[in-house]
Amino acid sequence: MRANYACRSQEHLLSRRRFLARAGAGLGAGSAMGGLMAAGLGSLTQGAAASELQQRDMRIVVFNMHGGLSQLESWDPKPGTKTGGPTRAIPTSVPGIHISELLPYTAQQMHHLCLLRGVNTSEDDHGKGAYLMLTGRRQTPAADYPQIGAVAARSLNNESLGLPGHILITPGGGGGRGNESAYLGPKYSSIALGGDKPPVNSVKPESISDQAEQRRHAFRRKIDQQFLQKQRSAITDAYTYSYEQALRLMERRDVFDLSKEPAKELDRYGNNDFGRQCLLARRLLENGVSFVQVTHSNYDTHNENFNFHIEQLGEFDRPFATLVDDLSQRGLLDQTLIVVLSEFGRTPNINLYYGRDHWSRSWSVLMGGAKVTRGAVYGGTNEEGTEVVDGQVDHGQLFHTYLQAVGVDSEASLLVDGRELPIADPAAEPVWDVIV
Amino acid sequence: MDIKQAHLTQDLTYERPLLRCRFSPDGKTVVTSSEDSTLQRWDLASGEKVILKGHDSWVQALQFNADGSQLISGGCDGRLIWWSITESQPQSLRSIDAHQGWIRGLAISPDGKQLASVGNDLAVRLWDSATGEKLAELSGHEKHVYSVLFHPDGKQLLSGDLGGKLHLWDLGSKQITRSFDAAPLHTYEGGQRVDFGGVRSIAISPDHTQLVSGGLHKATNPLGAVHEPLVLRFKFDDATLLKSHVCDGITGGVIWRVMSLPDATTVAVCGGSSGGYLLFFSGEQEKEVHRFQLPALARDMDVHVESERIATVHHDHHLRITNLHAN
Repeated sequence: MRANYACRSQEHLLSRRRFLARAGAGLGAGSAMGGLMAAGLGSLTQGAAASELQQRDMRIVVFNMHGGLSQLESWDPKPGTKTGGPTRAIPTSVPGIHISELLPYTAQQMHHLCLLRGVNTSEDDHGKGAYLMLTGRRQTPAADYPQIGAVAARSLNNESLGLPGHILITPGGGGGRGNESAYLGPKYSSIALGGDKPPVNSVKPESISDQAEQRRHAFRRKIDQQFLQKQRSAITDAYTYSYEQALRLMERRDVFDLSKEPAKELDRYGNNDFGRQCLLARRLLENGVSFVQVTHSNYDTHNENFNFHIEQLGEFDRPFATLVDDLSQRGLLDQTLIVVLSEFGRTPNINLYYGRDHWSRSWSVLMGGAKVTRGAVYGGTNEEGTEVVDGQVDHGQLFHTYLQAVGVDSEASLLVDGRELPIADPAAEPVWDVIV
Repeated sequence: MDIKQAHLTQDLTYERPLLRCRFSPDGKTVVTSSEDSTLQRWDLASGEKVILKGHDSWVQALQFNADGSQLISGGCDGRLIWWSITESQPQSLRSIDAHQGWIRGLAISPDGKQLASVGNDLAVRLWDSATGEKLAELSGHEKHVYSVLFHPDGKQLLSGDLGGKLHLWDLGSKQITRSFDAAPLHTYEGGQRVDFGGVRSIAISPDHTQLVSGGLHKATNPLGAVHEPLVLRFKFDDATLLKSHVCDGITGGVIWRVMSLPDATTVAVCGGSSGGYLLFFSGEQEKEVHRFQLPALARDMDVHVESERIATVHHDHHLRITNLHAN
């Protein structure tokens, strides 16, 4: 991956539609061709910069319900039907909208949220399902696409804050960098936190003095500079960037330190593993991290689906609802997109082990905050939840919609190594009906 | 009675998968619950059924009162309903919001005066079985309470939970007086981050010297139904583990209920990917002394008052009766 740094414009956001519109406006004004192009590009640059400035205040938090959350035990219950199981529906803070009884706290936040009940992704494999839900495209051998976190980090993150733009909070996280950024480069790959713990190796060893630390980095920078004068690429830049980012992260390690939170805050979030992870997510969002993904595991309930959903959603409900409420109370909800997704849903049919199996033909995704219509339901399924009957959407549309909800023109392209690459699948469109 | 002569004698079919079953005290009827949230009263002589509607969710607990005139059902809606079960069309006599969340188990005291209920709200509650008045609450479980049984002396109660805690309560002091270590019935799978298993059922031997509990173990993949059935046998007086009854070759199996037969044989009903079984254990050996394969995965059983018949309910919509004597 060679980087052309002569023009310093390889990663500028470019919108073909915006470019043509502006060029057309210039022509209409009767400018000379050369002047038009110069003026057009100049205004484009200013427009893109202004757009990016606005976007910097936007954030995304994704809850990845690992294994495949049952829509019937969460967002689209079907009580009293052949497929409904023992799960009942309860009213929410929005008259007329009912969700599962396993989510009583979340039900009280429904006025901030929007249910998309007509999701059909036609992919029942865990890995492929996760890929398409996080990248907005089907997995193919021919190409790899960046996940939503990498795109958000690229489009939204304010690097001056000194924090990574793409953070995963996952029980199995070990602190290393992920590999979700594809052609955007490793700079936008995730840093994975192990549960509610700060990044590993983010404390300077006591045996190294401040002066020695400064000398070490000065030496490293000098060597780097010498090397980069001879050979420079996106990879070498990412290498250099990682060191500098790690240093800035060490300076801001307190952001990851939950001991800074009053005990009553931990209590409000439930003071369990997932509660602490949600509180950590709030701290990261408050401090300007552009993308946080919290994994909640595990929902792959082929066996005893109802027992396990009682367990898992019993853990999920209160911390998640508290986070939604906190974002609202603290004035951050308008700037923060909330998404609750899985790789797929679960079968309406209940198997002989009281389980539900993989099902992608009719399931649900929850969104909220940012520019998402609040207190709404979009789409729906039939009486037994076996088919989408209204407002069908797929992964490509959802990916567009996430980005539009935080002000990113999902129909734009990125210039990477001289190639113009659509941010989202050009064959899909946002679900404009859920965007304010 | 000869367990090795076990054979099917009756097969009744409902329109939906069945969940639980109980014989009436006179042995003439069986009440079942099903995945449509209704109950069914089956007349075994005629095979006719009557449908009872009252719960908003599945029913996982059934208990007749002492004289069999009433049935009490405990639902996943948290409600207890008393039914006039002997009437031609049983009516709901009383409905109580008894638990927050699922009711998992019911038991009637030996004198018939008290009903015990347990559920997902971690509570063990005692009720006046005639009036529905709440008499007491026993607190001490930290995970969903799955099973409950009165000791035959009527002064003590046993309850078991998801975490493998099996407590003996003194009903006078309302305190735990003994705990049996049923931890082998519980699995916390760190990769999947789930609790699984638990004390699914409890039984006491006819001479009151042994306590038996059933469930599962070897849960290497709880979400994928990879586990095996397990029955634990304890010495009642000091909670010593006497036997861990294992069942070779029954993959995916779970013991849904254990009961004691008059000759001290323990009978357990097992369902899993290997099918449905009635398993018979003695205190003398770890492996079962006899295994009777049922035609389909079973979910519950009950032993007839005369101990010669066993009712089982199945995912394939069937209520089956197995006789324990020569054909």
